[in-house]
Amino acid sequence: MERGAQTTQHGHHSPTLYIVGYVLSLVLTAISFVLALTHAMSLGPTMWILMILAGLQILVQLFFFMHVTEGDGPPYHSVTLLIGLIFTFAICLMSIWIMTFHYQSY
Amino acid sequence: MALAEKHVTPGGSARASSIEYRDPHQSVRIMGFWLFLSTDMLLFACLFATYLVVRTHTDGGPTPHEIFDVPGFTIETFLLLTSSFTGGLATLAMRNGHKKQLMAWLIVTMLLGLGFVGLEIQEFVADVAEGATMQRSAFLSAFFTLVGTHGSHVSLGIGWMFITLLQVARRGITAVTARKVFIVNLYWHFLDVVWVFIFTVVYLSGVVM
Repeated sequence: MERGAQTTQHGHHSPTLYIVGYVLSLVLTAISFVLALTHAMSLGPTMWILMILAGLQILVQLFFFMHVTEGDGPPYHSVTLLIGLIFTFAICLMSIWIMTFHYQSY
Repeated sequence: MALAEKHVTPGGSARASSIEYRDPHQSVRIMGFWLFLSTDMLLFACLFATYLVVRTHTDGGPTPHEIFDVPGFTIETFLLLTSSFTGGLATLAMRNGHKKQLMAWLIVTMLLGLGFVGLEIQEFVADVAEGATMQRSAFLSAFFTLVGTHGSHVSLGIGWMFITLLQVARRGITAVTARKVFIVNLYWHFLDVVWVFIFTVVYLSGVVM
């Protein structure tokens, strides 16, 4: 992220990024809320869209609030974050997958 | 300072301009905190996996649909999303060198966090009053462990933010306090992300199914 994106000519950081991030997070939450409570779609697609919306919320927090792109030197923190995310989703998805086999054996 | 300048790459100009990164000793601590967040994420991964596996094991007791209070968790979500925003504004005020604004936004963030924790305690008390205790079923054990672990993280975060606030009040915005304000806010935004997943995987899914 270039400095110009966040600062005015006077060298002051502007709140624009934070406001955009906040509005985005509220809009994403509102969409998932409406989807879940109105039962507008069938269960499968609803769950997929809810998970995608939650994934977008991670990006909003990381890029608008946590300044993940800032850094001098190699972005080691982004690499560990990515590995953490991969492990997180792997643990959850593989647990569900394995337990599905378990149910079928009954 | 000289050391920091030597290591600045073209893409790093933004970081060099922010106070919390200027001192390499503080910069490496921020890096370390990102490492902590990656490992804390794995703790939540295990709790989410457990919840997803035993979610339907209600043992004839309360089901997700029966105990989840829609207005309650909606307000909790709104409070935490807003507190993440105000925490961001605290970082912004710190970068602009406004000590009073920084302290004010930290206080607002802590109050919103307290509101969140208060609502969550109220929700848990109501659940237990209806017989939905942690011992009742596998679903409830996993539910209270996952949501409770997040709630205790938030409670810890409020205490930590308060200590940071005292340090800013006493010492002003220095390289050290700036780094402390920055990482306590990283922690806070991280907890917001975890909550978004609890909101989606636990509460909304529980209401949909």
